[in-house]
This record gives sequence, C-alpha cells and structure tokens, in this order.
Amino acid sequence: MESDARAHPWMANSAPGVLEAMLVEIGAVSVAEVFQQIPEDHFRKTPLDLPPALTSEIDLRRDLVSKLKKNKSCEDYLSFLGAGVWQHHVPAVVDEIVGRTEFTTNVWGSYQSDHGRNQAWFEFSSQLGALLNLDVVQLPVYSWGCAIGHSMRMASRITGRTKVLVPALSDPERLSVIETYCKPVEMEGHIEIVSVNADPTSGRFDLKDLAKKLGDDVAAVYFENPAYLGTIETGAADIARMARAAGAETIVGVDPCSLGVIIAPGDYCADIVTGPVQPLGVHMHCGGGAGGFIASRDEERYVHAYNGFLVSVVETQKPKQLGFGLACPHQNSYGMRENGNDWTGNSTYLWAIAGAVYMSLLGPEGFRELGNLIVSRARYAAKLLDEIPGLKIVWPDTTFKEFVVNFDHTGKSVAEINDALRARGIFGGKDISSENSALGQSALYCVTEIHTADDIRLLVDTLKVVVQ
Amino acid sequence: MTHIPEFHAAKWDEPIIMEMGRPGGRGQHFPPPEKEIVSKVGSGLIPVSMARHDRPELPEITEFEAQRHYLHLSQMTLGMMGISLFGTCTMKYNSKTAEYATLRPELAEVHPYQHPDTLQGVLEIIHDFDGILRSLSGMDQFIFQAGGGADAAYSMACLARAYWKDRGLLGQRTEMVTSVQAHPCNPATAAAAGFKVVNLPLEESGYPSLDALKAAVSERTALIMINNPDDMGIYNPQIKEWVRVAKGAGALCFYDHANFNGVMGKLSARELGFDACMFMLHKTFGAPKAGGGPAVGAFGCSDELAAYLPTPVVVKSGDKYILDEDRPKSAGKIREYWGNIPQVVKAYAWARAMGAEGIKLAADISVVANNYMDKRLSEIPGIEISNPDINVRRMEMTRWSLGPIAAETGVGTGDFANRMADYGIDPWWMSHEPWIVAEPFTPEAGELWSKEDIDIWIDVIAKICDEARTDPNMVKSAPHNQPIAQVKGDAFEDSKKWAMTWRAWKRKHGGPDAGQDTI
Repeated sequence: MESDARAHPWMANSAPGVLEAMLVEIGAVSVAEVFQQIPEDHFRKTPLDLPPALTSEIDLRRDLVSKLKKNKSCEDYLSFLGAGVWQHHVPAVVDEIVGRTEFTTNVWGSYQSDHGRNQAWFEFSSQLGALLNLDVVQLPVYSWGCAIGHSMRMASRITGRTKVLVPALSDPERLSVIETYCKPVEMEGHIEIVSVNADPTSGRFDLKDLAKKLGDDVAAVYFENPAYLGTIETGAADIARMARAAGAETIVGVDPCSLGVIIAPGDYCADIVTGPVQPLGVHMHCGGGAGGFIASRDEERYVHAYNGFLVSVVETQKPKQLGFGLACPHQNSYGMRENGNDWTGNSTYLWAIAGAVYMSLLGPEGFRELGNLIVSRARYAAKLLDEIPGLKIVWPDTTFKEFVVNFDHTGKSVAEINDALRARGIFGGKDISSENSALGQSALYCVTEIHTADDIRLLVDTLKVVVQ
Repeated sequence: MTHIPEFHAAKWDEPIIMEMGRPGGRGQHFPPPEKEIVSKVGSGLIPVSMARHDRPELPEITEFEAQRHYLHLSQMTLGMMGISLFGTCTMKYNSKTAEYATLRPELAEVHPYQHPDTLQGVLEIIHDFDGILRSLSGMDQFIFQAGGGADAAYSMACLARAYWKDRGLLGQRTEMVTSVQAHPCNPATAAAAGFKVVNLPLEESGYPSLDALKAAVSERTALIMINNPDDMGIYNPQIKEWVRVAKGAGALCFYDHANFNGVMGKLSARELGFDACMFMLHKTFGAPKAGGGPAVGAFGCSDELAAYLPTPVVVKSGDKYILDEDRPKSAGKIREYWGNIPQVVKAYAWARAMGAEGIKLAADISVVANNYMDKRLSEIPGIEISNPDINVRRMEMTRWSLGPIAAETGVGTGDFANRMADYGIDPWWMSHEPWIVAEPFTPEAGELWSKEDIDIWIDVIAKICDEARTDPNMVKSAPHNQPIAQVKGDAFEDSKKWAMTWRAWKRKHGGPDAGQDTI
C-alpha cells in the first residue's frame, strides 16, 4: 500500500503496515505470492472500468439519495396499484425490529446463538397458522408465485400425478413463475397446467368446467381467495370437495390481511395454502418486499413434501425450557443435493420477522378492523367509480380490496387515462387490457386501509375530468 | 495468546408471543370507515358463507409489549455482533447509510408497476450497477430477479432449457455436469429444472480431473455449473481447459461466483470462457444476509444468451431507463417483479464505496488474511488442513478438519460450534454436504475482520482444543452462557413431537384447547 493511502473505513487490515505484517508472518515476499495457485494467463487482461470510489459517507449518501429522489413514490402520488404488491400501513415498530443489526447480519449459528431469531421465526409460523387455521407453516420462499410453484410440485410428489388446474383469470406475472416451476413438456417431471374457465358473470370458477377437467390425472386444483381480479371465491368449499373426490389436492392462495373477515382456508378444507407475506408489515420496496408462504395440515405426507425450512419448537436439556430448530432437515437440498425436495437457499426470512411483529401488533381485533376497513373503502370506491358515466365495475359485489374498472365506454384507453391521472398526481390501477381481451379496456384498482374517503373522492373527481 | 474477552449472552426467558397479553389488549387501532362510506356501502360486505366467524388465536398485547418482546429476541441473537469468520458466506460490514437510503419512501414506498418515468432513479442505479458487474465479469447483461444464489443457479438452469428448446434439442441435452464439491444449489436447481445431474468426484489434486470431465460431457450435456476456487480454498488451474472441453461438446458454461471474494478484480469469467456467471450481492457485495434473505443472485450472461433472460431487463434507451419486456425467447420469470431492489441498491453502494482499487485491495486482504489464519491454525495440535498433501497457499478460505482431536477426545465440530458461542464468537460454518473431510470447519476472514479479531478467533479455537482435552464433557454439553441449553433434537424427525406452530404444540402436548381440525 502506498504510504499516503488512507485506510478504508470498511477494511481494518487496510491500515498502514497490517498487510505487510501478515505477509511477514506467513513468509511471503509479496501479495502476488499468495495468488500462486492462479496460472498467469488466467488473470484478467481488461482493466477494471468502475466509477470513481466514494469512500466518504457524505459522498456516498449524496449519490444514493440524489438518484433515488428521481423516483416518484406512492407517498408523492396517490396510488391505486396493487396486483401482487400492495400499499399497506407498516407500523413503525416493524421497521425498528427488522432493522435490528442482529437480525440483518445474521447468517446461521447454533440453535442457541440464534435462539431469538428462531423464536421470531416460529412466532411468524404460529401466528400465521392461527389466521389460516392450519398447523404447519413453512418459512417463506422467494415470492407468492414461487410458493405456488413449490406447492404444485409438492402436490405432484404427493399424488404421483402431473396435471394442475388453475383459474383462467390468473395473474400473468405469477403464472409465468408457475410455468417456469412446472418445467417444459420435454423435461422429465413436466407438470401440465390447464386453465379452468371463469364464470363471466361473477369472475369465479366455472364449476361445470372444473368438473369436466377434474380427472384422475389431476394433482391439484389451484385458486385464489380473493382472486387475482379481486373477487371472493364463494365456491371455495365446493371446489375443495370436488378436488378431494377426484383425489387431487386443493391449493389455495390467500391474502393474509383479509383473514380477519374472510373465513380461514383451513375451514373450507384447503390442503395446501399459499400467499404473499408483503401485506404483513413489509413495504412494497419496488417489488423487493415479495415473499410467499406455504402451509398445510400437520400430516406426514405434507410435511415430508416441503422444500424449505420448517421451524419446530422443542424441549431443551433444561426442564421446562423451550428452544427451536429445523424439523425434517434431511429432506431439503442442503442435505440431499439433487435428491432433495426442489431446492432451497437464502430466501426472504427477514420478512418472517416483519410478519411476526405485524401480526402480534394487530391481534384478532386488529385483523378484524383492518379487513372491515379495507373492504368498506374498496366497495365505496367501486360504487363511486361505477357512477361515473362511461365507467363500469366488473363483478362489483364480491370484491375485497381490488376490483376491475372497465373504461370501454369512455372512448379512451387505460394507458391514456393512466397518463392523464399521472399528470394529476395519481397512479391509476394496473392496466390489464392486454391480459384478457374479454375485459376490454380495463384496469385493476386497489384500495386499502391507507386510502381515506377523501382520497377516494379525489380519484373520482379526477377521473371525471380525465374521461370527459 | 491474546486476551480472550469475557462474554455472556442476553437471556430474557421470553414467553412465546401466543402466551402473552390479556383479553381485549390492543397493539394497533384502525380507524372505523368514514360515515359517508358506511352510509353508502353498509356493513356485512363479505358473503355470509365466506365470512370469518371464529377469532384467530393471536396475542392481545400493547404496542410497547410487541416492541419489547422482539427487541429481546434480537438481543438473544448473536448475529455477527462478536466475531464471525463464517466461511462460504463472506461476512461484511453492511453499510448503514445504504440501509437508511433504501428505507426512504423514494424506494420503500415504490410500486414495481409504476410508469417507468416515475422510476428513473432506481432504474439508473440498477443500470449503473449492471455496468459495474459487467466490468467485473466481462458479461454483457445482468438481471437481478433471482432471490438468492440458489435462485440464480435456477435461473441458469431455466435459461439453458430455453436455449436448447430454441434449438429443438431440449429432448437430447438433458444433463448438467458439476463437481461433487459444488454448492448443493447447483445440482438441486438443475434437477428441479428437469436435468439429470452428473457429479464429478474430486481427485488428489483437490478438484475433478480434466479426464473425468472429458468422459462426462457429450452431446447430452446441456450445461456445466462450476465454482472456482472451491470451499477448500483450492483453485482449479485447468478451468480454461474445462470450459474449452465443455464448449467443445456444445454445453453452456456457468461460473458460480460464490467464492468471488479472493478473485475480485483479478479474474474475468468471460475471459476464462464462461457464458454466464452469478454473484451473490448479499455476501460479496456487502448487502445484508438478513438471516436468510431477502438476498440477490445477480445473474449475468453473454449477448448470445441474453435473448433467453427472464424479463424485465433494465436498459437505457436514449436518455431514459426502461424495463424491456420484449424478449420472445425468454426463459420466463423465475420470480415476480425485478428482484430484491433494496439489496441491489445496497450492493451498488458497496461497489461505489470500494471502487476498483478498493475491490482489488479487499481481494488481496482476504487471501493474505486467510493465509495468515492458515499459518496460525496449523500450529494448533489436533486440527489439520484439508488435502494436506497439496502444498499451495489457499485462496480466501480454507477447509480444515478436527479429525485428529475428535478421534483423541470425542469432541467434534458441532461441539466446537456450540462452545464458540460461549465466547461471543458465531458458530463456524462446517461444510456443505457431502462432508469430504472428517469433522470439517471452514473459516473465512474476508476484508472486514481485523488481524486482532482473527487472533482472538484462533485463540478461542486453541482454547476449546485445550478444553476438549481437559474437560470434554463440558465442551460437549456447551453452550453454557447462551439464552437456552442444547435442544432435544429427536423431536425434529418425530411426527408425534414436532410442532411447527403453537397450535400444533398445544395439541401434541395436551394444552387446554388443543385439537387439529380433522376433515
């Protein structure tokens, strides 16, 4: 190191003389000598071309913040975007806890040195289990779509069958992930994905079509509650019954923030339940708040089909003391490599801690109030929008927090309307016009607890101007 | 021997949260719906058959009680607050200024479906960071959709599927070739994607032989997935020939850069001939690991493969940044949206704070510090280096074995790991499966830890070796000053005992209102 160089704030051994002292200790004459394993012609020839170093925190902060400030956030704009990432209230205590350095830096210690983290993980599963009325909840995987993909593979392993039924009105983003998980037709273990028609009058499963497609080759029936386009699947128990009769697993995707007011999926006989963790106290993070849970009853055929981390409470060597650790560790890819269930690795476990804190803050009454507030405000928004000439709410009566607004009779495209809204400080709903031709020019609007009646009226007033 | 600091972990006897609180206790209120809303929509909005009637069995506690409980749990988590030379994970300082920047609403409260015009700041950072990774690897395009290193390996497997499908050869190119020493995620993700895995055994050299590779690759090989150096700290000097042989058979070559820290700025994956590579931003690039994610496996590839990338890809068009979704040959999405973006921003911050010279210096320090550690560990009786006959200086980490002292005392690597925590040292990383040496451990110093930290760490290991000889039962019953004693592991494999939720625990252990719903 040159004598006038400054030690880097993140590298203790960059202080003057330290590297040289270690070289002396190991009997090496130069740094180059410790790289003796690498053949000379392997070293890169192209010089590194990186932007200049910002070693001062002042400069680094300026660079990050000045760039990020070029974004417009959903606090700057009034946003009605949802469709898998939703703007919910994140209690400040959640932010404090997930920001704790012990949790953010943690890797993998012993069941004793990680005790606090493991308890927080267990409390995530326990509280979510209480919302779902299910006894087994795995730590979250990368996303909801990934959770569905793993669930379908679980169902295929459990049943030995290779076909899954999904709603025709599926989120294309999640569906693309699911397709990736189900493998192309050329591959061994390919899982065929078949769409079940929607009842055009309700958006719900067409049970006649389901009956037609539900044969003894079907591993699983998948549906969401609320569905991608916002409707509550009132036929849930019928679907589960039909699936069971055909020997197929029922996989359901649920929005956990609805479970204070909507029946727990364990109560309508769902076998495997998935859902997003982001509504449970995780910011949108530009999509980086994604995470997906998988849950089931406590039966060995399910437990032995999971791909990831199952945290179990157990006794310790000290009487009456409880600790935590991983159940069935030998079925995942860490232990079994290519013979494990799918694969696992780093996932989204910090969001399990966020979820644990969030659920403990809300409690049973908080979830009830939250669900009631969301459905009330969303229905209110839908009713007011439906009254605007040219606008129509598709399936208005059984929505939770999202609903489809059709703009066909305005003579304008959703893209044009959203551009005009954006110019007025509003992010309109997700444009779904290209996803399903039957829905015409439509957008998926999302209203949550963060939208007040005033916010909703501002949207309505602005839309009235925009669609004229 | 340096002074070993005294340590005792925090212990709070914290109850399970489900057992806390009191009926009617509240931690959050939500406002009631406004009057005009109620008068417009009424109540009972959930269809009767779908309405919830039971009360979820959640705790009823105050906001402060929730805060205090989880603060206590954080304090009962060692989490790198002592010394953690956790090999294969490259422990780094996680910049707080980067952490705070990403918590600003300009990123935390941003939706991925916003119009790109309102996302120019974050897209610029992603684009600039893509440029940094291109320079470090020689690849032509990076994406960040993968939620971790394993997910990036899975991205490669999916991309290989799309590549061979496009050529009509997916039915023929069905095999993935790797080393038995590769991280488990490589064979596991390839198998999950539908490929047959061919594992090459290690030879005396410490890596699989070129002849074994030549025998394994054929017109059936879709891809090879390989890391270098491996976790032993051994660099395969024939890697260029490997790539040549594999490509000669038509296979795609993926460089798992999990062990990048010792070769940062020294090697270019592309110059070595690879088609694609992966960096773990949550280890090598200073983003936090968060106890297992959110993480990022940055996946980069050549222009030839870029057509098959999962979408969207951030590209610059004129003076604007856009999300390119128009890739008809795309392998499909491996995860929704564009990735764990806050972690990408933190990794960008790390690369900017380090700069080219800092990154190269960090590699130098990592390898010199590991050699210093090797020298000192080699002086401790009872432990031995992996592949003792290979007399070369190791790279940024080395696999060691407690074989001799375990044979002598009966104290093994798991016992050592437990005992280390009593000194405020994070339990070490032992080894991925399969264990190739007896009672393995794998330290890695990286550029964060000072020479003094490394000295204390080694002194603790030496001390535990002494303890193993003088009082093996004390070590085997460790830890002794942690929040809890050793757990009874038999329950983890016993369906009658395991309990993944408090509901299940109460049911199996005769709690008051036990009983799984049966159907």
